[in-house]
Amino acid sequence: MPRKTADMTNQMISAQGLTKTFPAKGKVVEAVRSVDLEVGAGELVAFLGPNGAGKSTTLRMLTTLLPPTSGEAIVAGSDIRRDPAGVRRRIGYVGQGSSGGHTQRVRDELHAQGAFYGMGRRETRARAAELIDSLELGQIAGRQVQSLSGGQKRRLDIALGLIHRPELLFLDEPSTGLDPHSRANLWEHIVDLRRETGTTIFLTTHYLDEADQLAERVMVMDHGQVIADDTAWALKESLAGDRVSLTFETASDAAAAAARIGGEASGQFVTVTAPGGDRALPRYIRSLADAGLEVVAATHRQPTLDDVFLALTGRTLREEAAHAEASEPVPA
Amino acid sequence: MTTIDTTARPTGFIRDTASVFVRESRPLVRDPFSVMFSLVQPLVFLGLFGPLLIGASGGDAAGTLQWFVPGILVMVALFGTASTGANLLFEMQTGSHERTLVAPLSRSALLVGRALKEVVPLVVQGTIVVLVAVPFGFSLDVPGLIAGLAVLAVFGVGFGALSYSLALACRNRDWMFWMVHQTLLFPLMILSGMLLPLEDGPAWMQVAAAINPLSYLVGAERALLSGDFGAPAVVGGIIAAAATCAIGIVVGVRSMKRAA
Repeated sequence: MPRKTADMTNQMISAQGLTKTFPAKGKVVEAVRSVDLEVGAGELVAFLGPNGAGKSTTLRMLTTLLPPTSGEAIVAGSDIRRDPAGVRRRIGYVGQGSSGGHTQRVRDELHAQGAFYGMGRRETRARAAELIDSLELGQIAGRQVQSLSGGQKRRLDIALGLIHRPELLFLDEPSTGLDPHSRANLWEHIVDLRRETGTTIFLTTHYLDEADQLAERVMVMDHGQVIADDTAWALKESLAGDRVSLTFETASDAAAAAARIGGEASGQFVTVTAPGGDRALPRYIRSLADAGLEVVAATHRQPTLDDVFLALTGRTLREEAAHAEASEPVPA
Repeated sequence: MTTIDTTARPTGFIRDTASVFVRESRPLVRDPFSVMFSLVQPLVFLGLFGPLLIGASGGDAAGTLQWFVPGILVMVALFGTASTGANLLFEMQTGSHERTLVAPLSRSALLVGRALKEVVPLVVQGTIVVLVAVPFGFSLDVPGLIAGLAVLAVFGVGFGALSYSLALACRNRDWMFWMVHQTLLFPLMILSGMLLPLEDGPAWMQVAAAINPLSYLVGAERALLSGDFGAPAVVGGIIAAAATCAIGIVVGVRSMKRAA
């Protein structure tokens, strides 16, 4: 298999000013607004944002499924406009839907997929057997796709995306709709793949915990723009800070404490947002004791990516998820 | 939206077409009885309409079947391939079609490979219909049958391609696909003279039949299945099948490229 790598620059994805607009009900909707992206070889990046933020549209542009309205991108060494076939040859893509044809059998689809990527018969069979083994598809290899459970279908989707050993794998909402057990199982497979092959992985998700635990780098998208891009730790540290809550005997104590250490008093409670809150907590207690203010109870909570999203947008992702269950519009 | 060009074809059109054809044919190989499903309608017509026709014509069973069976073969080709777009429609909704669009396959191959698959069930079904009719007096001319199935296959590829085009145009509106399907299919069938001769119908029906490519196909099949290779109708049928095939492929490939 010919394999031109993107090693020269060590960049897997490099996009500038990627924009997608499409007409909807007489207006022009800007689904993606001038997005710049740099993803290095071997990175695991999570694209986080509410439904309709433009995550999938961005992914569809990067994977050549959708021509951008404007902007440029080099993906796995090829230009998405000038050499889409080059991009397609080197990337793996697992879309939001189910990749297997409903009347096809699992092993047949893997064999067909190998042929689609120009692999020889023997190579395809060996690779399919390997993926059936590693993604635990052995029990269902002879079954029709339409008879599989959601988790089984998703594992097949991943296997289909990996048949040609892509350098870069795109996953669009890989775990949406799966039960917690299947989600955990799917993630195990993705983490294993990463460890064993060093494949660059670019995924979209609206599950906060997923982005937090698994990705080294989180890009937050909202209203078609990337509004933050860093490690989950750095985002939380710089944008949200730790939450320290202190409880006092009386509201007047709380007010006095808030004035002394800075923070917000509400009834008997004081909340302070501070970087390194776990270390600040003993200091607060000592300082307040010196002033004769006794802390009755204290808690420290590390920020979540939801706090980051809240700090950035004034909204929480959980709320967004609750009233925007409809998937984002996909332009024709 | 055709800004993404598909000039680069690393694995080649023919290889891609073969890959798509093999994938589409596999479910038929795995579950050969699925081919029988679309045979129900033609066999019902053969078994329930045939005897009425024999009775009404006043002629002998063998002669009527010689006239009627070729029409049923065209029905097989028409109904079998017309609904094939539904499968693509479903794959467009599940995400399976999207997967093939991300693969380095030529867009034309995605359509042509699918359309060529139509030949397989069509030939199998056509052969079964003829074999069922033989015990009832239909006289089988093997070279004629082979030629007849070949012409039908050419037509089927084109009509299948049109069905895929319709699916691509309808996207996720299944109802529209089935509405167009139902609206076109029965008039096409009746106005081809495959069930009853149109010579006794009103003049406007004969005009409609004259512009219906299926009429020519039915005429050609009647000649070919009786072994009459030299009949003028054969030429008309070949032209109708070839034209359907060419138009179907051109429209289909264009739709596939536009939809991608």
